[in-house]
Amino acid sequence: MNIFNILSEIEKVDPEVYNRLDSRRKVFKHLGGFGKKLAAAAIPVAFGAVFNKAYGQTGSNAALIDILNFALTAELTDSNYYKMVVDTNSSNVPATAKAGIALIASNEMGHVQTLQSAITALGGTPIAIAPTRFDYTAGGRIPDPLTNYATILALGQAFEDTGVRAYKGQAPNPAVMANDMVLQTALQIHSAEARHAAYFRRMRRDMATGGVATNKPWITLNNIGGLPAITQPIYDGEQLTTQATVNIVMNNISADAASEAFDEPLNRATVEAILSLFIRP
Amino acid sequence: MSKIINPHENDAGLIKSASNPIHRRSFMKYTGAGVALSALFLAGCDDNDDDEIDYSKTNVMLGTGDTAILNFAYALEQLEAAFYTQVIDNKFSGMTALETSVLTDIRDHEIAHRDFFKTVLSTNAIQMLTPDFSTINFGDRTSVLQTAQTFEDLGVSAYNGAGKHLTDATNLALAGKIVSVEARHAAEIREMIQVNTFASRPSPINAMGLDLATPPLQVLNAAQNFIKERINTTNVPTT
Repeated sequence: MNIFNILSEIEKVDPEVYNRLDSRRKVFKHLGGFGKKLAAAAIPVAFGAVFNKAYGQTGSNAALIDILNFALTAELTDSNYYKMVVDTNSSNVPATAKAGIALIASNEMGHVQTLQSAITALGGTPIAIAPTRFDYTAGGRIPDPLTNYATILALGQAFEDTGVRAYKGQAPNPAVMANDMVLQTALQIHSAEARHAAYFRRMRRDMATGGVATNKPWITLNNIGGLPAITQPIYDGEQLTTQATVNIVMNNISADAASEAFDEPLNRATVEAILSLFIRP
Repeated sequence: MSKIINPHENDAGLIKSASNPIHRRSFMKYTGAGVALSALFLAGCDDNDDDEIDYSKTNVMLGTGDTAILNFAYALEQLEAAFYTQVIDNKFSGMTALETSVLTDIRDHEIAHRDFFKTVLSTNAIQMLTPDFSTINFGDRTSVLQTAQTFEDLGVSAYNGAGKHLTDATNLALAGKIVSVEARHAAEIREMIQVNTFASRPSPINAMGLDLATPPLQVLNAAQNFIKERINTTNVPTT
């Protein structure tokens, strides 16, 4: 077990790990006292000290770990879906869309691994969900989630718009705000989810048949854009046109544009209720 | 806002940041070694490195703490709003109905963001900035869309990098409401230029699926090329 190799491995998944540890030199200095012949038994202790500084900051990490496991639940649900879509490789999905969905699948896998690493580093245990528990028919309400192209895009939109709202709801949580590294990483995942959401939304807009021409990359009021009715909770609350007491409908800005210009957070319980449609108990 | 000439403050902020080679290098790193940026920005950075501070320019103070970050966002939204206003007022040839609809929507969103910040910042708001779009050919679709992509990716990167500097949860929540809309814009604009670049790797998304994040000073350094006034970054939070 070579601790320097471990740091190098972590650097691959978290390129900024040395920034979080003050500097590469300081990390090595910190560990240098032990020398490269560090006793195996001492490694977890020394390593723990390094990571408490990097990811832990002060006090108990329980609240933060809990939030990250919540995010991981959503990411596992998404990434498992895209993996199944990619593996199914249905001939109903055009080649360009397959490439786009494969890209999203890779990004989501990265989110899963990032969250798992962070949770472990904080001293927590990443939750695991058996693949057999996922049910993308939502209890039979959504037929052919893996082979119907329009359905695949619709489910993708639903998952990504939910993800955006879920991260947005947790970012201002005191436990997240207290940890700069976790906060910034969460924001970086959050905007990636928004890019994915915009992609699915525009693909549905531009579909020759079976699409919704009025669907936009951004969310207008609380429109579900032709998604199944069970997705309405994903969009409820998005119709806000007042932000921090400021009425955004001004200077020729319509209510539609005012609602589109700001995405809204969603509380954890609502997100969990949405996810529960796709996860068997 | 009155014209403030304060060489000392300039010395502590812009001169130092502009003349520090590490500064530029880390800027390049954060933005994906220039992959995400058009040649426009990079050319501008080269110029900036050697520029003397022009004391004839109006010096714009952003303030301190959360106010500085909100004014920073306000400055970027001003630029974006002015850009898309000009895009719609002088449509490039061949702009389709769908493109017109998309770009009009984005213009309205950016105006909404700009006016929102102006209202919430109230007396702490910086002045209306004078954009410098002399490097943009508004008659050319490629020039317009490339600039739009640069602005949108920079906006996403800016909000992602600034979030940890906000101390008030309400301010962070508001920034969060805006950044995802900027990301939606970025994805749409990118797809208008080339398919399947909405979240492509290694930029704007890295190998772990993470979007861009750039510290405020680096973002301001890039944005300065499009602003005639001089943004004074002396008190912009860096830790």
